[in-house]
Amino acid sequence: MLYNMHERQIELRQPAPASWRRWLRWLGGHLAALVAVGGAIVLWAWLVEWQQYPPFILPSPARVWQKFGEMASAGDLWRHIGATLAAIAGGLAVGVGAAFSLGYVLGKHPRLERLAAPYIVASQSIPIVAVAPLVVIWLGSGLASKVAVTALITFFPALVATVVGIRSVDPDLVDLMRSLRATRGQILWKLELPAALPIVLGGLKLSVTLAVVGAVVGEFMGASAGLGYLISLGRGILDTPLMFVAIGLLVGIAQALYLTVVLLENRLLRWQR
Amino acid sequence: MTPPIFVADHISKKFVDGRPLQALLPVSFQIEAGEIVCLVGPSGSGKSTLLRIMGGLMASDGGAMWFAGQPHRAPNPAIGFVFQKTNLMPWRTVLQNILLPLEVQQKKVTDADQGRATALLAAMGLGGFEEAYPRQLSGGMNQRVVLARTLLQQPRLLLMDEPFGQLDALTRERLNLELLRLQAAERMTIFMVTHSITEAVLLADRIFVLSERPGRLAEQVVVGLPRPRTLAMINTPAFGAVALHIRGLIGEHGEREAEPTQSSF
Repeated sequence: MLYNMHERQIELRQPAPASWRRWLRWLGGHLAALVAVGGAIVLWAWLVEWQQYPPFILPSPARVWQKFGEMASAGDLWRHIGATLAAIAGGLAVGVGAAFSLGYVLGKHPRLERLAAPYIVASQSIPIVAVAPLVVIWLGSGLASKVAVTALITFFPALVATVVGIRSVDPDLVDLMRSLRATRGQILWKLELPAALPIVLGGLKLSVTLAVVGAVVGEFMGASAGLGYLISLGRGILDTPLMFVAIGLLVGIAQALYLTVVLLENRLLRWQR
Repeated sequence: MTPPIFVADHISKKFVDGRPLQALLPVSFQIEAGEIVCLVGPSGSGKSTLLRIMGGLMASDGGAMWFAGQPHRAPNPAIGFVFQKTNLMPWRTVLQNILLPLEVQQKKVTDADQGRATALLAAMGLGGFEEAYPRQLSGGMNQRVVLARTLLQQPRLLLMDEPFGQLDALTRERLNLELLRLQAAERMTIFMVTHSITEAVLLADRIFVLSERPGRLAEQVVVGLPRPRTLAMINTPAFGAVALHIRGLIGEHGEREAEPTQSSF
């Protein structure tokens, strides 16, 4: 009886909105975003119409869409998208993977971190566009150099987040695990990873968006495929609609990656809400 | 007569981080099985240090300890720990939290364990909260979850570091009585650090008084009050006499932190 009362108390504290209301709110939030995007496109179309810009300065939305259709049906586009996605995926795997492992070690050993921090920060003070040509010289103009540039740019945010995340582990919980005679592996899986996860996922959000930048920079420096290569190509032959198509696709990829991390957050950090 | 469950022989601690700091002078004592011992003393007297050494979380500089007749150094699953702060994992539900010790120790949690856990939660007034997360519960409820987690391990010795220090007076009283009931039912041995003289007198068979830093056992006081203890006893002359005696001992060795006898309740 008493416990039922407690249960009701919890429900009161977190009132579940009626499902239709929640749905309406969801629609409201997304409707605003859709209206904003639609408005921007209308404005863009109107601007082109009004100023009579030639397509190589500013193509109309219809023109860009038409270009996209042509490229998609020619089949060439998928090869370019695939190349960029491969660079992003490989770069994220290498960069974020390295950041997680090094971040874990540095997070556990503050003295080591003080030793390594100046070098890590220095490496970040050199713009990626300055390093990318070197990487291409060393690794060639194939996929490897794109993966390397992407890895370099995604490394830092993930590293910082991992160090901070591991530092944030509650020392009382470490004591608890020790008093239970937990093994190192158990401490890692049952305590450190879940405790660091919220901060690590925050860093991952930055890394995935930067990964798109890294892949494009890599492709700029010499490539035969990829969306960055298309932009570079479009600039050379003044095919501005082509550049718009590539940019639009890059934005789409970045959005999709970011959204993936957000969904991951919603799933893994349910306990925070 | 059965041998004492815990023996400490000249355990001490000095911290050398910059200026050396003698936190705990060599102390020796023994705890009998089934006994409740409370440790009181001014802050900075090394209470938590002593408890951490007893739990094997910190090495003693010298001396030796025996637990259940065996030399004791490292953490032991038969020694349960309740810290001052409720140390629940916020990403685990209540049920997952209290099953953690079993998960760590036996790798596989059986259905029987789950049943035992659920029954224990119900017995402690936490029935129906198995799937709640710690942040959805009040401080007192969370501390009860911590207690349930420790009890599920069925420890022979329970070390408690000001377990109810951050709770309001009413919740604290209720949990004190609950602890007494559980201790009597399970025949557990409890060693508890507390700031509250009243709490110590209410719970303990014996009270160790630790002097100001460096910590040293000033006296071991036997509380002669009958069991089961009740809250009504707090207002009896016998209770007052013991409390006053301890109050005096702490006063002798430094007035700083210890609270007036009644204020904590």
